[in-house]
Amino acid sequence: MAVSSATRSFIRWEKRLQPSRIMSVIVPVVSVILALIIGAFFLSATGFEPLKVYEKMFNGAFGSRYGISETIVKAVPLMLAGLGISVAFRMLLWNIGAEGQLYMGAFGASWVALTFPQLPAYIMLPAMFFAGCLMGGLWALIPAFFRAKWEVNEVITTLMLNYVAIFWVDYLVYGPWKDPEGFNFPLTASFSEAATLPTIFGTRVHLGLIFALVSALVLAVILWHTRWGYEIRVIGESARAAHYAGINIKRNIMLVMFLSGALAGLAGMSEVAGIAHRLQHGISPGYGYTAIIVAWLAKLHPFMIILVSFFFGALIVGGYSVQISGVPAATVSMLQGAILFFLLGGELLTYYRIRFGPKVGDVNGK
Amino acid sequence: MQTPLVEMKGISKSFPGVVANDDVNLVVHAGEVHALLGENGAGKSTLMSILTGLYRPDKGEIYIDGRKVNFRSPRDAITSGIGMVHQHFRLVAPFTVTENVALGLKGGLRLNLNKLAQEIEDISNDYGLEVDPKARIWQLSVGEQQRVEIIKLLYRQAKVLILDEPTAVLTPQEARDLYLTLKQMAVRGCAVIFITHKMQEVMEAADTITILRAGKTVATVEKSETNEEELARLMVGRELAGIMDKPKAKKGDNALEIKNLEVLNDKGLPAVKGISLSVTSGEILGIAGVAGNGQRELAEAIAGLRTYQKGTITVEGKKLVKGNPLEVINAGIGYVPEDRLGTGLVPNLGAVDNLILKEYRRPRWGKTLINNRAVRLWARKLVESFDVKMAELDAPVKMMSGGNLQKLLLAREISAKPSVLVAVYPTRGLDVGATETVYRLLLEQRSKGMAILLISEDLEEIFRLSDRIAVMYEGKLMGLMDTKNAGVEDLGMMMAGVKRMGVGA
Repeated sequence: MAVSSATRSFIRWEKRLQPSRIMSVIVPVVSVILALIIGAFFLSATGFEPLKVYEKMFNGAFGSRYGISETIVKAVPLMLAGLGISVAFRMLLWNIGAEGQLYMGAFGASWVALTFPQLPAYIMLPAMFFAGCLMGGLWALIPAFFRAKWEVNEVITTLMLNYVAIFWVDYLVYGPWKDPEGFNFPLTASFSEAATLPTIFGTRVHLGLIFALVSALVLAVILWHTRWGYEIRVIGESARAAHYAGINIKRNIMLVMFLSGALAGLAGMSEVAGIAHRLQHGISPGYGYTAIIVAWLAKLHPFMIILVSFFFGALIVGGYSVQISGVPAATVSMLQGAILFFLLGGELLTYYRIRFGPKVGDVNGK
Repeated sequence: MQTPLVEMKGISKSFPGVVANDDVNLVVHAGEVHALLGENGAGKSTLMSILTGLYRPDKGEIYIDGRKVNFRSPRDAITSGIGMVHQHFRLVAPFTVTENVALGLKGGLRLNLNKLAQEIEDISNDYGLEVDPKARIWQLSVGEQQRVEIIKLLYRQAKVLILDEPTAVLTPQEARDLYLTLKQMAVRGCAVIFITHKMQEVMEAADTITILRAGKTVATVEKSETNEEELARLMVGRELAGIMDKPKAKKGDNALEIKNLEVLNDKGLPAVKGISLSVTSGEILGIAGVAGNGQRELAEAIAGLRTYQKGTITVEGKKLVKGNPLEVINAGIGYVPEDRLGTGLVPNLGAVDNLILKEYRRPRWGKTLINNRAVRLWARKLVESFDVKMAELDAPVKMMSGGNLQKLLLAREISAKPSVLVAVYPTRGLDVGATETVYRLLLEQRSKGMAILLISEDLEEIFRLSDRIAVMYEGKLMGLMDTKNAGVEDLGMMMAGVKRMGVGA
């Protein structure tokens, strides 16, 4: 009940009538800059020259044909998982399980590739595509079902299922699926040539990029041009209004989570078919988690997710390129964390403004 | 006569667009149970918020025990011995009763919970407020939680206890216990003020009654010197002007028929207790009553937003499946909910997206892909013909004024051409101009043959629009009559639960 002190303060947060458009552009940019500044402190404290390190990172990510192609390679799984996450988040379904869904997608695609090695590419690749989507989608359906049926918090269930999926893949690559000629490394035998995604321009950039771009386009069409997309937007904005309008919320929880998981599963498929050409331990270094930051930074907009994924891909590649000179690998994680930190803090500015001076003309005063 | 414990003199308080209190006087003595009686919006809650330091009055003075006070915050009021039990309790559910009482206590870091528990037990024995100090709040019934709130105040040695509609959440037995407790507290020298609009409660528990109407003090009377009829008249008794300026109804067949409907509220208690009524096409049936007597549950049951225990709802001869909003929409029921922004409209979406909230699934906008251009065109036309004012079609509707929001909502509901329209408090919070527009729209649809069920607590509105009037009290219909046969006083009595007449339609 102690509201009295707040009424006398001279710096106040005041809610904006409408989220500020300028702020929604400024805040992400400033967040990145602030994160780089914070990172610079740590770098110089550990005896590196921040500007040189950043320059090296930039050159590593964009300075060469190889660098750019690697940036794209890292961006692809972030795009796909980020798109998946964004569609769930739009409905306020907090799917933290993209990592696990990615692993299950990789598992599904690998199962096809390893079980039917003799298939020709024009059957093999679509089959792997669908198996990847299906397994990722089904994996996301488990928490979706519990959420729809008994309102079980999906944050917990999706998160925990990540570990199950990762360990399931580990079990396979350490056990039954281990390549007998793989010198005991935790990986399966190499896929057949037909199970390999075609690459572009003679680089490692593979068809997964097209999957991601098309997915973004399809998602945008779904969201703003279809009945289903309309339902998703209404539910996300006001579940009460959706219920009032006769929209089936439970069915949409299932459908949207399936779509969300399928996109993450597709990321897993494109990783095994496009990059690793086999299933192996640690097939994703946490793409599914980084993609949460990506989706959030992009304000859940499909096209922005593509852009932000490039940026994060560059961050990862840049990080690799400075590791050679002894900069800790954790630098990139730190920068990512700092960006998210400032972003979430800055978010406040899009919805509130800071006012100086005593409170005047409010409801309670004169 | 002794110095009053509480004296509020000439209190005025206005909010943008509303005068909530206008020169209100209130005198409460120690040892007295004082009822503050009035309809919703009469200014009771504002007055009590001023007494508890939540609001500061624009004008007027407050004396406690003869001393002039100037409350800057609720804490000042608590220090002066004023405590309030709100309708929604301020308790921490996972904490024990003792811990809840301890919250906000002044003093050092040390906290002797055992000693406190003992003191709580003493208080509860003293006042007949049975509650286990070691129980956790979530384990307690609503009645017990209320006792904890009262104990909290007594422990802080409040001399003035204010209760906001205390029996609204109680069973009749619990209510009777509460009355005894209130008397007990008065006997010990406290002053008890309770806010209510229920006549029976006033007659049972109060010693003195102050009646507020439209922000003004109407009268303060001793219970022994008054009766229910007088109170009802004081509470509602306004002159109703310009009632009968509407064309005669062209009544048709029964469009909406409700039989023996029983609905539970959010707490799982019966809210609608066996209501039967029917609305014919071309007529407006007004349901009067003080809010919180089951109107919301009745409306939500019809709209499919709430399931029901018993009874049937039939639209044009077709029985509805319970709790299915989509079926209700398809059956041709339009619904203007009490909660415009949040249920009726999606706050962050624009006018176009809000106008197609029910329409979007119709094939005329495209099978899978929605033809956005056609939708926009249609939306623009609707906005123009219903004269909804807004900055731009895609600006979030939460930016719009209340009147325009309601026009937008009505534009959507009416344009769907439903055979039945349920409108709940359709003009609440609107200014005069917007209110007139809403009336005009409803009357227009009536003459076009729509069956309209109007739920309202504004008697003037009920009289102006309705062909027949029903009164709802505690989940039941107290009366059902033609508007021309209805008298304001009778309605007031029925709204307060004193009188029944003419039910059985």
